[in-house]
Amino acid sequence: MKATGFQSVASTFREIKSRAESQWRGLRDGGKSVIMVGAATCGRAAGALEVLQAIKRELKKQKLDCPVVEVGCMGHCYAEPIVTISKPGYPPICYRHVNPVIAERLVREFILGDDPCLEFVLAALEENDLVPSFSDFPRAKFEKKVILKNCGHIDPEQIEHYIANGGYSALAKALQMQPEEIIDEVKRSGLRGRGGAGFPTGQKWEICRNALGKPKYVICNGDEGDPGAFMDRAILESDPHSVLEGMLIAGYAIGARYGYIYVRAEYPLAVRRARIALRQARKLNLLGRNILGSDFSFDIKLFQGSGAFVCGEETALIASLEGEPGIPCYRPPYPATNGLYGKPTVINNVKTLVSISHIVQNGAEWFASVGTERSKGTAVFALAGKVINTGLAEVPMGTTLRQVIFDVGSGIPGGKRFKAVQIGGPSGGCLPESALDLPIDFDSLTDAGAMMGSGGMIVLDEDDCMVEISRYFLEFTQRESCGKCTFCRLGTKQMLEVLAEITKGKGKIEDLDMLSQLAEDIKAGSLCGLGKTAPNPVLSTLRYFRDEYEAHIKEGRCPALMCQELIAYYIVPEKCERSCDACVGTCTVEAISSHPKKRYKIIDQEKCVKCGTCVTSCPPQYNAIVKLSPPGQVPASK
Amino acid sequence: MKTVSLTIDGEKVTARQGEKVLWAALDNGIYIPNLCALRDASEIPAACRLCFVEVEGKEQPVTACTETVEPGMVVNTRGPSALRLARTAFELLMSSHPVDCAHCPANGSCELQKIAHHLGTKLKTRRFRKLLRELPVDSSSPVFIYDPNKCVLCGRCIWICRERLGIGVLGFAHRGFERVVTTFADEPIAESGCRDCGECVVVCPTGALTFKEQ
Ligand SMILES: Cc1cc2nc3c(=O)[nH]c(=O)nc-3n(C[C@H](O)[C@H](O)[C@H](O)COP(=O)(O)O)c2cc1C
Ligand code: FES
Repeated sequence: MKATGFQSVASTFREIKSRAESQWRGLRDGGKSVIMVGAATCGRAAGALEVLQAIKRELKKQKLDCPVVEVGCMGHCYAEPIVTISKPGYPPICYRHVNPVIAERLVREFILGDDPCLEFVLAALEENDLVPSFSDFPRAKFEKKVILKNCGHIDPEQIEHYIANGGYSALAKALQMQPEEIIDEVKRSGLRGRGGAGFPTGQKWEICRNALGKPKYVICNGDEGDPGAFMDRAILESDPHSVLEGMLIAGYAIGARYGYIYVRAEYPLAVRRARIALRQARKLNLLGRNILGSDFSFDIKLFQGSGAFVCGEETALIASLEGEPGIPCYRPPYPATNGLYGKPTVINNVKTLVSISHIVQNGAEWFASVGTERSKGTAVFALAGKVINTGLAEVPMGTTLRQVIFDVGSGIPGGKRFKAVQIGGPSGGCLPESALDLPIDFDSLTDAGAMMGSGGMIVLDEDDCMVEISRYFLEFTQRESCGKCTFCRLGTKQMLEVLAEITKGKGKIEDLDMLSQLAEDIKAGSLCGLGKTAPNPVLSTLRYFRDEYEAHIKEGRCPALMCQELIAYYIVPEKCERSCDACVGTCTVEAISSHPKKRYKIIDQEKCVKCGTCVTSCPPQYNAIVKLSPPGQVPASK
Repeated sequence: MKTVSLTIDGEKVTARQGEKVLWAALDNGIYIPNLCALRDASEIPAACRLCFVEVEGKEQPVTACTETVEPGMVVNTRGPSALRLARTAFELLMSSHPVDCAHCPANGSCELQKIAHHLGTKLKTRRFRKLLRELPVDSSSPVFIYDPNKCVLCGRCIWICRERLGIGVLGFAHRGFERVVTTFADEPIAESGCRDCGECVVVCPTGALTFKEQ
């Protein structure tokens, strides 16, 4: 297949683009303040919709006519709800933690008045003399936004915003190239799949293009089942057209006629915005028959998955699309030759597809100039856990973990000590402090016992027990196992039983060898990627934190004071204020009483259910209640 | 028909082109433990993970039921890495299998006994915790008894009932450790359209499906 009428593609697109640009300029240069509210799932969870209402109400009240635009996620989820105001004469300014009251003030004092309310400022989008800008943040030195470029800066429900910011130009360019040229470009860029395994995308496309069988399909994998990961959701909610564009180029390159976006049904906003995007793209003939006047025809359907982790595995995902239970099957043949309905199918992650337009637009060399020898481009992480700046971060491959956690993420809150970082979700592993200077790329992470996965990054501090963390992840994979193959169904269950015993202080030292041998066998023997990676959290913690396992087993002690059965609460008599009754009142099981003579408070260890409420009730100036492990550490009361 | 020559455990054998190593070995009298493989099935389940063999030139053991024969291929069914995986898979299966052979109708014809013998492992695993499921036994059929606790989820009964006979009484249900062979909506077998042919009992490798005593 070959797109004919290059002339017409170029001129058709030029027309579309100039219309979009004038609409975008109208918004920007209309002489009015433009208000943008971050209303992706993270913003909404923090109250963005109430803020939106408050702004609209106040504008009406003040008889102001300013465009209010819902945008997606900028990645600064820790500061949501975020409102950006672009007032003529001022740089565009982002405000953090906006609530309805602050929102009304911003309208009255900044838009109506001329006070930019500096006390609420997060940063300005551009450098200026008035307020610090994002480029002054220490993280700016390490971040590089390619995939997330538009997120939070355009209205995801208006295709014109995307087009005016360079969107669909790569498609127009691609349609004027030969499919083989595009594949060659992608191959030379060194792009590797962002869905976890890092398979070279160009190679996958080439295999699919050369495979016999028609029609061919493109599938966008937006299942994103890892706990703690939300990059793909944020992209679909904030910049859905970038995903469509990548799919279109993939479709043209491999000779496909249809595409599917597989999103989990638990992402209703992503589903809605993707639907709107599809409708708008069809209207402009960016989807459908003879796209932009070429002879390339392509359409995309949206499919809502039921949200099982294993459905993210490509063969299970395809089974689920076909209406079968989402259970993986044995490969080869790979989907690239025998995929959906047995036809050649390219299945790529959301971020892989978004990278494509940038490669086509800026060239393979540009993409390959970012990153490391064997991992090119940028990596997107969802920073979560014990880190100050939770949110999305995009950095060049090769950035160190330390830079991501401490420079981009601003480190650990509450002055606590860093302990480990869990990368790659349930398939990944926990890396210790000694691995912090590791450059992030597919291979170095795998060598260290973790995995790029799809980009979840959970920071753990001194209060996190590594045995409990690996038990938590294993419980997740065990619950999500489809149960088809022996190793995954029974092997992970065995491991989970042993881990649960250890967290309860009932483990035996021989169990550790059994665990690691079984873990190796599950990795080598499982049918699909879920089982092959499920033991990683356990193996990596055994490798780096064996002492914590041993403390649980040999001493009945949880060093992080996290495992319920291995700790006891104790009120330090010297610190107890004695006349204060705060803890006594809050204890739900009446386990706390006063010493008959000395009046300090004592916890009846028999009655205590270790809920921890008393700790929070003890006024901070006394801070008298501590956790001890093993429970035998509690001194006998005198 | 094109054939391929290869070596299995030092023996030169020939096999049909495109054949899987498992069938090539079995047809030449070389046993490889297997439970889920079905010669004529349209899809290979590769679920039991017992058929691991080593192939010269491959770093990791492979499942014989999925590996296609190649000319000059050298297969070792008794290599240490392959046996280690097969043994672990078998011990895992046995960890959730009630071992009470003396009272089991399948005693003597049970494929688990045969595999244990072949792999040199015990039926009672010491390495792993015993994880039994304690599911109710279905004796509603006039012809046979179904004890899901003894089922190893090989899927042979499902295949024969559905693909061979076109009846489709049995199927897999639930996920993970709860995965089970059962009828639609867990109805008793007698109320699920079963025609009492007993073919499922014939193919069951364990004592999960056994004929009622006449
Ligand atoms: C258990 C499991 C879960 C997976 N979940 C996802 C997922 O949520 N998103 C994704 O893109 N890939 C996921 N994958 C990887 C896919 O199988 C597949 O490799 C990927 O979609 C290919 O796209 P890429 O080449 O762009 O990385 C998962 C794999 C496994 C084994
Ligand atoms: S026979 Fe090969 S996996 Fe079951």
